[in-house]
Amino acid sequence: MNNYSILIGGKAGDGINQAGLLIARIFNQLGYRIYMYYDYPSLIRGGHNFSIVRATKNKVGTHLDQIDFLLVLNQDTIDFHKHRLKKTSVVIYDSDGVKSEGIGIPLKTIIQEEKATAISRNSCLIGGFCKAAGIKYNILEQVFKKHISRDMELNLRVAHRGYKEAKELTKTRILSQRPLPLVTGNEAIGLGLIKGGLSTYIAYPMTPSSGLLHFLARIAKDFSLKVIHPENEIAVILMALGSSYAGERTAVGTSGGGFCLMTEGLSLAGMSEVPIVIMVSQRPGPSTGVPTYTAQSDLHFVLNAGQGEFTRFMVSPGDAEEAYYWSTVAINISWRYQIPSIILVDKTLSEGVFSFEKESVKTLKEEKPLLWDKKQPYKRYLNTKTGISPLSFIPDKDAVIKVNSYTHDEYGITTEESQMLSIMQDKRLRKEQYLIQELQKYETVKRYGDESSSVALLCWGSTKGACVETAEQFGLRVVQPIVLSPFPIKQFRERLKGVKKIISVENNSTGQLVRLINQHGFNVDEKILKYDGRPFSLEKLEADLKKVIK
Amino acid sequence: MNQKQLATSAKNTWCPGCGNFAILNAIKTVLTVLNEEGFPLDRIVLVSGIGCHAKIVDYVDVNSFYAIHGRVTPVAEGIKLANPDLKVIGFAGDGDAYGEGLEHLVFAAKRNIDITMIVHNNRVYGLTTGQYTPTSPLGFKGRSTPSGTAELPLNPLELMLASGATFIARGYSNRLDLLKKTFKEAIMHKGFSLIDVLQPCVTFFDIYEYYNKHVYELTDHDSQNYETASKKIREWDYNSDNPIALGTFYKKESSSFEERFLEHKTKTIDKYSKIKETLTKYI
Repeated sequence: MNNYSILIGGKAGDGINQAGLLIARIFNQLGYRIYMYYDYPSLIRGGHNFSIVRATKNKVGTHLDQIDFLLVLNQDTIDFHKHRLKKTSVVIYDSDGVKSEGIGIPLKTIIQEEKATAISRNSCLIGGFCKAAGIKYNILEQVFKKHISRDMELNLRVAHRGYKEAKELTKTRILSQRPLPLVTGNEAIGLGLIKGGLSTYIAYPMTPSSGLLHFLARIAKDFSLKVIHPENEIAVILMALGSSYAGERTAVGTSGGGFCLMTEGLSLAGMSEVPIVIMVSQRPGPSTGVPTYTAQSDLHFVLNAGQGEFTRFMVSPGDAEEAYYWSTVAINISWRYQIPSIILVDKTLSEGVFSFEKESVKTLKEEKPLLWDKKQPYKRYLNTKTGISPLSFIPDKDAVIKVNSYTHDEYGITTEESQMLSIMQDKRLRKEQYLIQELQKYETVKRYGDESSSVALLCWGSTKGACVETAEQFGLRVVQPIVLSPFPIKQFRERLKGVKKIISVENNSTGQLVRLINQHGFNVDEKILKYDGRPFSLEKLEADLKKVIK
Repeated sequence: MNQKQLATSAKNTWCPGCGNFAILNAIKTVLTVLNEEGFPLDRIVLVSGIGCHAKIVDYVDVNSFYAIHGRVTPVAEGIKLANPDLKVIGFAGDGDAYGEGLEHLVFAAKRNIDITMIVHNNRVYGLTTGQYTPTSPLGFKGRSTPSGTAELPLNPLELMLASGATFIARGYSNRLDLLKKTFKEAIMHKGFSLIDVLQPCVTFFDIYEYYNKHVYELTDHDSQNYETASKKIREWDYNSDNPIALGTFYKKESSSFEERFLEHKTKTIDKYSKIKETLTKYI
């Protein structure tokens, strides 16, 4: 067997995310590629949390409903997930508190005997799982030693007890592939921004974007980053614009509600031409919605946010490599074109865990903005052919650098004069034409699956994982626009060449990508929409697809 | 360098007699003096919001960020954190600083970040043609409150003291020399400084005569002492007819946010190899 789906469940506070990650890391050491989905309600203690780890030979980007192993810390886990079991599935459970069939391990008794903390029950369960799955203890030991910082020895002792308690039911094959780093989408975005020269990150906590704040704050010293958490999202974006104006490559991150507060700042960035990168991780709305679940329902909001007309660059990556790559592109483009760049993701991508193959990502470097050559007196908004005005940064003894939210002349001095208004609006919008040309160099729309198929699944962002895998089974084509603004019409049309039927797959209730491509003259034949806060599993998408292709 | 050299091509559009002229005059004088004393003007940044006050950045030929209503403070903070060698001076109206963007002021004071906020307090919205502001007196008849306001004004200086500001002063546009002196002192102060400048709006709320009768300059005042500062700040609540003190109420030496925050942030790194190194921890 070389394709596993493992679910571990318990209540909040049981360390389910961490336990899922440990299982993922164990398979990683065996040469498997990992995708992990973590499902949790918005509370600190209690409720029901679970992680589904997929370990496969080839990379995947979605979870399965069916599972091979169910790891059970409480009765809820059995009750809620029984339906996922196949005939061959194995249940490993805490026999001190759970009624079930399968391999029972007295977790509570063991941790009491070992004087371990309650949270180490999951280490004991992982020990039992490794034995049952035929995974050598030394792999577990190696992973625990590297990734558990607190009470590592104690956790190992408890895991060993679990290992001895269970019986071996199968053998897990070792694959001859090297282990890869396992990162969340948020972490991949952070590293991509750093690669593009990020020096300051400013954010107010909001699920599911907070992982990026936490990650960058944790590694801030290593990368000499300034990571700031101010009073609210309004302060976040305004501080960020001050920082960018003073020459620091600055990014911010939030989710829908926080982005609402940022829109006046976004529009200010458009007018003042101060670069800024904004990461928006979607969750279901309207309003508070479901904070810890997923959705793709803010596409048009983010695409159109902010008063007035201005150019924005917007990307929606579909996995960790794309998140890494396009975050670097986003920060480079923001600085070279002096426009806001938005990285639009969702909870599924932000908090999902992926095997990350950095080597498969095209090499990119930090790109410098257009700088003033000091030949003519400095004008912050010099009206050039491309619309891009050369930058200078404070302090510069030869330049007075004035930026302005008000309509302004080339010096940045306020004006309400009619001719100047349209000249400067043309200047700002002209940048978009050059950006569209430059974007031809990038693979802004991706294609997967059977490229000769006349049926195409259309997806954006995190639904890529489910679409690509499903399309392979059905022999379909997948078309995934990554750049959503300015919309890459030419590449999109090319990728669709020969397609007779387009089926859009989205995590929202109205088909927002459909609406976007309609605006550009493309029609969609079918929509497969899911808006229950949960991402598509492979089986769910397969079932929905069968209904529309017959 | 003289005041004239600090001028820009922009035509001044404030009403004749507007209190903003005094603030413009004072800041130009102070910048000229700072420059003469050896502080290069290219390390000065002015930030403004939206309202009559905000035009001030168009009238001074130094670096500036003409921002949006209520957001002068966070922009100024972001600039300072990007480069602590800069002197960042924010100009905001009373509607701007005490209404739309009050929360930022409280937090900047709490952080004691080294920026200077100069509030053009005319106690009325001018550009939007005469509505009450957070510091308008009770019963103020404006265009949104034709029968008079039903709420008391805020004492912004009391709020700043409670929030942790380490330099708090009040100026009056009709006391130019004191204004210049206070601006200089505030700009040179390390930490968060705020000067509330009473600056009558000749069109919508002309109270020059009232101020002329009520203001006095603080003398023999212990500005290092929180209790005496607090007492003096509370003497006039922006509503009563009590005497109105001008000058520096409170001044305290304390470490600033950027000093504490930026301690480890200056080394240069090879980010490409460091990314590789970071990723090995995730295997």
